[in-house]
Amino acid sequence: MEKLIAAEHLSFHYTDEEGKPASPEILKDLTLTLEAGSFVAVLGHNGCGKSTLAKHMNAILLPTGGKMWIAGIDTCDEEKLYEIRQHVGMVFQNPDNQIVATIVEEDVAFGPENLGLPPETIRERVDDALKAVGMYEYRMHAPNQLSGGQKQRIAIAGIIAMRPSCIVLDEPTAMLDPKGRMEVMKTIRMLNRSYGITIVLITHYMEEAAQADRVIVMDDGNILLDDRPEEVFSHVEQMKAIGLDVPQVTELVYELRQQGIPLDSHIISEDAGVEAILQNMA
Amino acid sequence: MLKDITIGQYFPGSSPVHRMDPRFKLIMTLLFIAMLFMGQHLYSICFGIVFCILALALSRIPVKLIWKSIKPLIPVLLITAILDLFMVDSGDVYLHWHFLKITAGGVRTAVLMVTRIIVLLAGSSLLTYTTSPIALTDAIERLLSPLKKLHVPVHTFAMMMTISLRFIPTLLEETDKIMTAQKARGASFSEGNLLQRAKALVPILVPLLVSSFHRAEELATAMECRCYRGETGRTKMRQLHAAGRDYAAMTVTLLLFTGAVAVKIIF
Repeated sequence: MEKLIAAEHLSFHYTDEEGKPASPEILKDLTLTLEAGSFVAVLGHNGCGKSTLAKHMNAILLPTGGKMWIAGIDTCDEEKLYEIRQHVGMVFQNPDNQIVATIVEEDVAFGPENLGLPPETIRERVDDALKAVGMYEYRMHAPNQLSGGQKQRIAIAGIIAMRPSCIVLDEPTAMLDPKGRMEVMKTIRMLNRSYGITIVLITHYMEEAAQADRVIVMDDGNILLDDRPEEVFSHVEQMKAIGLDVPQVTELVYELRQQGIPLDSHIISEDAGVEAILQNMA
Repeated sequence: MLKDITIGQYFPGSSPVHRMDPRFKLIMTLLFIAMLFMGQHLYSICFGIVFCILALALSRIPVKLIWKSIKPLIPVLLITAILDLFMVDSGDVYLHWHFLKITAGGVRTAVLMVTRIIVLLAGSSLLTYTTSPIALTDAIERLLSPLKKLHVPVHTFAMMMTISLRFIPTLLEETDKIMTAQKARGASFSEGNLLQRAKALVPILVPLLVSSFHRAEELATAMECRCYRGETGRTKMRQLHAAGRDYAAMTVTLLLFTGAVAVKIIF
């Protein structure tokens, strides 16, 4: 598959005005490639560098060492800055702090307007984007009348109206209630499956990470585990050691295995868990 | 309590006034204000009143709403009327008691001022009632765009206005939340003298200010992520088109304005 995002020996620290390091190394010699069309979840406890890595993916931060490539463009190439940002859209945690305009459709139009597209094209993209996230009926509403999940879907629509090849979501569900979380996850999965948009999902929820094709676990500025979710979550002890959880069903299976019950350690979905336990009982 | 604030409140509708080009509405409102304050003669404000009644009728905004925007200003109107009544000293004397004196000039000025203010409020609140804030800032940006040649950052101002309008409800909600949190800890906002009440507001304003800075920073990052680079290379989804009704309305307004000017010259 085609490489969309590639980090080569990436390292980063914040610098002060004179260019001296103003923070410890946040990313340490990190190498990573992400394929176009994949759905990748990034896990790690606070301060492990996952948000910093995300901000490198659309040149909000630039590496202090190594290289970051987006669709073959070096993020340090200032002339291509807007091309990179058009390739990789970002959605943040707080939906309130991403919405610019007082009317839903005006906000979705903000990105395409910045790209300097003709008005008819913008109209078309705005309508398509709102339909894709299922918010078309709300196009004339004021954002503050909407629920958290709806606002976050508007923020996502604002990004897909720019037709990016990849969306990086930095804990998009952290401030939402369970219903909003479900809505947003459904939208993200749909964008990945139906539109083929590459998804990089940074999250604290293991159940969300379990839905990805690939899970990257970060610890202290580098990659600790990088594999299919079943494989990653089978390392229960290693995950616990760095302060992370595994999905509840995986933990249950782990505990049962500790008791000597022979179950597959690669179970991450509840349905599969129920089936395996029933089979074992039979 | 905070929900009652109606700054720039907009009532969606589809009346001819709602559908009018916001640029025209803005200019017409300015002409209307000029009409009202031009002459010192009772006749001269008649043109403003005619304009106001016409616009009100066309907008189909209920009179109750207009009354709502006038009601809080009744004390101001009363004070204005009383001051004019006793302070202006010209023409026939109707009443003279110690140092108080009511004259024909005083009565006339009082009536003129009160009518003026009421009509002004009714007419200009119609602008925000029938125009969405975003259309209004858009209109201001376009009307002021000649100033760009003088390097006046018109776009930046318009963007600042849009963002302020966008965050009014968000910050109101947040203020409510902080107030509730402080009340839960025993703070009181409605007791004590003025100074004590003002002091009670500090624990609300400080967290509000801090969170506004956080919001500003996050919003700036999000805007950069969406390729915002100021005005450079930016287009607009919504294009403003002046239609026949806009020109017709403008013609009527200009006629009324000319009438007001004529009255000023003649009398």
